Amino acid sequence: MRPVTVVSGRAIPLERSDVDTDQIIPSDWLKRVERTGFGAGLFAEWRDDRDFVLNREEYAGATILVAGPNFGTGSSREHAVWALLDYGFEAVVSPRFGDIFANNCTKQGLVPVRVDPEVGRALLEAVAADPGLEITIDVGRGTIEAPAAGIAGTFPLDEFTRSRLVHGWDDIGLTLRHEDRIAAYESARPSWRPSASA
Amino acid sequence: MAKSDKTLVDKVWESHLVRSAEGEPDLLFIDLHLVHEVTSPQAFDGLRMAGRTVRRPELTVATADHNVPTADVDKPIADPISKKQLEVLAANCEEFGIVCYPMGHANQGIVHVIGPELGLSQPGMTIVCGDSHTSTHGALGALAFGIGTSEVEHVLATQTLPQIRPATMAVTVEGELPAGVTAKDVALAIIGRIGTGGGAGHVIEYRGSAIRSLSMEGRMTLCNMSIEGGARAGMVAPDDATFSYLEGRPHAPKGRDWERALDEWRSLPTDEGATFDKEVALDAAGLLPHVTWGTNPGQVVAIDGAVPDPDAFAEPAEREAAARALAYMGLQAGTAIRDIPVDTVFIGSCTNSRIEDLRAAAAVADGHRVRPGVRALVVPGSHRVKAQAEAEGLDRVFRASGFEWREPGCSMCLAMNPDKLAPGERCASTSNRNFEGRQGRGGRTHLVSPAVAAATAVLGRFGLPTELVR
Ligand code: SF4
Repeated sequence: MRPVTVVSGRAIPLERSDVDTDQIIPSDWLKRVERTGFGAGLFAEWRDDRDFVLNREEYAGATILVAGPNFGTGSSREHAVWALLDYGFEAVVSPRFGDIFANNCTKQGLVPVRVDPEVGRALLEAVAADPGLEITIDVGRGTIEAPAAGIAGTFPLDEFTRSRLVHGWDDIGLTLRHEDRIAAYESARPSWRPSASA
Repeated sequence: MAKSDKTLVDKVWESHLVRSAEGEPDLLFIDLHLVHEVTSPQAFDGLRMAGRTVRRPELTVATADHNVPTADVDKPIADPISKKQLEVLAANCEEFGIVCYPMGHANQGIVHVIGPELGLSQPGMTIVCGDSHTSTHGALGALAFGIGTSEVEHVLATQTLPQIRPATMAVTVEGELPAGVTAKDVALAIIGRIGTGGGAGHVIEYRGSAIRSLSMEGRMTLCNMSIEGGARAGMVAPDDATFSYLEGRPHAPKGRDWERALDEWRSLPTDEGATFDKEVALDAAGLLPHVTWGTNPGQVVAIDGAVPDPDAFAEPAEREAAARALAYMGLQAGTAIRDIPVDTVFIGSCTNSRIEDLRAAAAVADGHRVRPGVRALVVPGSHRVKAQAEAEGLDRVFRASGFEWREPGCSMCLAMNPDKLAPGERCASTSNRNFEGRQGRGGRTHLVSPAVAAATAVLGRFGLPTELVR
């Protein structure tokens, strides 16, 4: 994973709540066995509508997605994160995320920015009013700011996830440093637990 | 509360700690990793790219379920991309030494149906799968949760998972469920109460006399839907019903091991003095069969009710979501649920495709005919369920009533195979998600129990089994 310290750029306002991962990437797209090329399927069913916010010229090139509450609920498909990244997003802002989705984001370096509902609403309105609004998300400090609109907020990240993002650490590599502990656990584990080969 | 008083979740969590360090997520050992074709190919690729192997292939079980066709299974799979994904699963399992149940195998079925039925899912275990409905296995008293593909790769490589400890939530349902009210209705009523985000960050333990009186399969239906309330997992403490369900299943412990296992399992229920971070209580006696009207499972009413008026919601976000849902669903505020006609009925999915679900639906359908013009599908959850149903003659009841009897798989739950809704088509479905486009682009899904689904197929509109006349 590449390190992410600061994301700054323009944003797209997605004024919807309860955007589930079936909406982010419909199941037709899940048949692929690759990890790339999912950007074309991002919000596929909504993108047919010419007025859908992602199709609007003034938002082209934005790197931050600002959405309503409960973003990324439902299916565990990491394809949703791959699609957002592949499309060009580096951070997603919402007052509440689906747990699995938020977790998947941090594994791939897409920053899940969980803001207070008031900050979320203010950002949605500000970005809708001014598509050129510059937003800065500082992962190390856990802050999100849009000075031109007078918006400043913070977002939570546990320290471990924060350092993983900032340093771009690979989770598996980190865990394998504790291989002795895994082996110790395994040798003490009840022998009657089920095994597929039995 | 005494310091030693612990919840079921605490006990399972603590007995799986490989490592715990200040400021880091806990490292949990994973007892069982279930794999299917959709969320695993990129994980196996990751292993190959890093030159890693699968640490414990014998704790990993794979099955083909999401893509498999449920009709014409003797012919080659028509969709080349689905076919490739199924072939890639088989090849990956072969390469990494993992047991795989491909299409047509006697043990094949929906991943959350086969885990319990093979006795692989047991109390006190940690179970993961690259699928959000892994919460189903919590019915047996396991801590079971869905993970993403990066985590699938992590578990394959290390048999562990770094996890931040979740908060605990007790959902208590006391009293006796009225006749005709099923586990599905309890699940929908709970989500209607707490909302789709109500369980976020929490593991739910379902408690109370109404939960205890549910069969194991009913508990699976309930735990299955935990994720629809935002919870990471749902659990029911193991009891005698759990033990008798498991005893004798292919992978259940035997002989002396069975006794050892029972000793551990009996120590798992939440201690009397333990407390939860959040508590919700429902009265079983007041529950009714439920039907969703919108595009998330929290948009639900009792079958006696009507489509709500978006303006009646207090929160602006809820008002907007309701208005958008009605537009998508093609519904008018105020329409009685019973006056809504359906085009399709789907009985299946990891929520409601086990033998009891099929028995309940068949009992309703028996002696009746599916209303002309309505397409009705029954898709058993696994080959074992299918064989059992056929041994009981349920397939004949369904066929005689005008239902299609299919081969096992996820089918119209997510429409990755040829079973799809056409745009605008309306479906009464026993699955778990009524999201936009979930059952096919433009399709309109209403979630219901198997009994309501069967009655709806006969009536051609939403209704209860008691409305059918002989
Ligand atoms: S039946 Fe539906 S919800 Fe269950 S695993 Fe299959 S696709 Fe997922």
